[in-house]
Amino acid sequence: MGQVVALQSLITGRQIWQGRAVPQPSGGETTGWPALDAALPASGWPKASLSEILLPADGVGELQLVLPTLARLSKQQRAIAVIAPPYVPCVAGWENSGVAMTHIDIVCAGDPRDALWASEQCLRSGSYAAVLSWPLHADDRALRRLQVAADNGRALGFVFRDRRHAVQASPAALRLELETEPVRQIRVRKCRGSQPPALPIPFPADGW
Amino acid sequence: MLWACVLLPHLALDGVLRRRPSSDEPLVLVTGSAQSRSILAANRPARAAGLRPGQRLAVAQALLSRFEAVEHDPATTERWHRLLAAWAYRYSAEVVLWPHAIVLEVSRSLGLFGPWPRFEALLRDDLSQLGFRHRIALAPTARAAYVLAGTHDGMAVMSPELLRGALSPIPVGKARLPDEAADNLAAMGLRTLGQLLHAPRDGLRRRFGEALIEHLDYLIGTAQEVLRYYRPPDRLELAMEWTHEIEQVEALVFPLRRLTGDLAACLAGRDGGVQRFMIRLVHRDGTSTDVSIGLLAPERDPTMLFEHTRSRMERTELPQPVIAMRLVAHELPPFVPAGRDLFDTRPANALPLGQLRERLRARLGDRAIQTLHATTDPRPEHAQSAARDDVVIGQPASLPRPTWLLDTPMPLRGLAPRIVAGPERLETGWWDGGDMRRDYYVVETAQGQRAWVFCAPGERGPWMLHGWFA
Repeated sequence: MGQVVALQSLITGRQIWQGRAVPQPSGGETTGWPALDAALPASGWPKASLSEILLPADGVGELQLVLPTLARLSKQQRAIAVIAPPYVPCVAGWENSGVAMTHIDIVCAGDPRDALWASEQCLRSGSYAAVLSWPLHADDRALRRLQVAADNGRALGFVFRDRRHAVQASPAALRLELETEPVRQIRVRKCRGSQPPALPIPFPADGW
Repeated sequence: MLWACVLLPHLALDGVLRRRPSSDEPLVLVTGSAQSRSILAANRPARAAGLRPGQRLAVAQALLSRFEAVEHDPATTERWHRLLAAWAYRYSAEVVLWPHAIVLEVSRSLGLFGPWPRFEALLRDDLSQLGFRHRIALAPTARAAYVLAGTHDGMAVMSPELLRGALSPIPVGKARLPDEAADNLAAMGLRTLGQLLHAPRDGLRRRFGEALIEHLDYLIGTAQEVLRYYRPPDRLELAMEWTHEIEQVEALVFPLRRLTGDLAACLAGRDGGVQRFMIRLVHRDGTSTDVSIGLLAPERDPTMLFEHTRSRMERTELPQPVIAMRLVAHELPPFVPAGRDLFDTRPANALPLGQLRERLRARLGDRAIQTLHATTDPRPEHAQSAARDDVVIGQPASLPRPTWLLDTPMPLRGLAPRIVAGPERLETGWWDGGDMRRDYYVVETAQGQRAWVFCAPGERGPWMLHGWFA
């Protein structure tokens, strides 16, 4: 303990890692769900990033999460790509949520690799405001490519995956898990810019 | 009106020479039947050796021991003539093809391309680069320009008052008079155009007929000549041939870039676009492989045309080596450039939506991109369509409809679901044999999924799953 070092010299000498947080995301695209917006650090979907939505099964309200956003974008005459969806989008159902279907391009791709390629192209192009995709066999690298493409193209990327992928690390800026047990709720698994909230966010089916 | 005449005195020979490396070897174009072959044109080294157009080939062979003789092909010459007309079409909309000459109306072009001396230099530069020898003259009438180009290269008569004076000293033999008139006039002692213009018209008409009087009227502009203007072709065919066989698609990429570049240049010249065209790969035995390319909208950007065609070609398999490639475009619709907002917020490297869609279609197939819209049919199977020609009518009422629809309904498995809403009876479809009677319900499964199911009317199961409220 004989040696006394001034703290300032250590800091200026860059010998101490101060754990400075990454810059706060500057605002996001509102999700249209006030409770969800309040829980997210960007108060909405992180801009120009990938958002991952994990599901226990199809048909638990995963589209309801994004439909308000799609409705707002399509009313601003901005194009949206839906790449290799698991089912056919039902026009009446989407229009009930306020989506203008003329701005929705549905891209059919038989091969999962083609679907990934198309997702990356659409995200990178900067011509689509939002891109929805259902990557089946996407690994960490593929998702990272999508995240970089979304950043380059300043687009909102939505990736829907099964919840068994929750244990894997993901480069997405935001990870949400939809739960139906014991009640319908959203659990934030990861959100860039802050700690994920500890409590799940209620997402009652009566709301949609 | 001001007409510029580009006279091409050596059109046939220049057309042959421009495809060869320049050399000092004597070369002649020969024509005529096998018994009486004669020289049509000779290049400079051949003329220096004494070969003349019109000479018999046997005489030429006696004069010079070694020279190259190329068979003259009128169709090829005609093609060069048309190529030059297409070139002239860039400078004026009124282009006329006359024998060995192209005449174009330039009074309105001068505003765009500068005063005549600068415009003339522009024309001469272009022609020299294309490799065609030429003589250029400018006059208030097309005929006068044609005549002056033959006698005075570079002459420009800007106003109609000066025209008579400029034409007067021209000998009648060079005035491009109809038929035999020139010889007979010279025999009569009328040697220049000035004398001819002063001669009594009635006498001339009786001796030489109406054609001569008309020619003189058109020449000095007292009568308006009706001209047949050149029109750019409505279909494009570009070809490329090789002396060797090409076996790999990759080796076709470079020639393809030249072809699509030529196509884009042609389209720019006629201010049009192309929506569908075909690449025909010709094999040695005469058969061919066709690659047809369809675009969503007319395009003319060379990079885009090339990239799109290449991605189509790369998926083509060549059954045999290729010896020639043709590009055929039959439909050339008008091109409307896409507008872009001045305050566009998209990133600078953004790919336009149209190009992106083409790229996706090129890899995933022509029908890969769909836009769905609602139809008037109440049956869920027919309530939406990807076809473009269907009538679009807004949804009448906000009935509960799912967001995912199954292509074909399937049995709902698992525990008995909890009914959330329903029934909604759909009993319709009598008009096309697709009768259906169903009660639709919204149910929630044990897993928490919301499903759109139906069953036979009046019953509660077994359930058929038709959609998800995702």
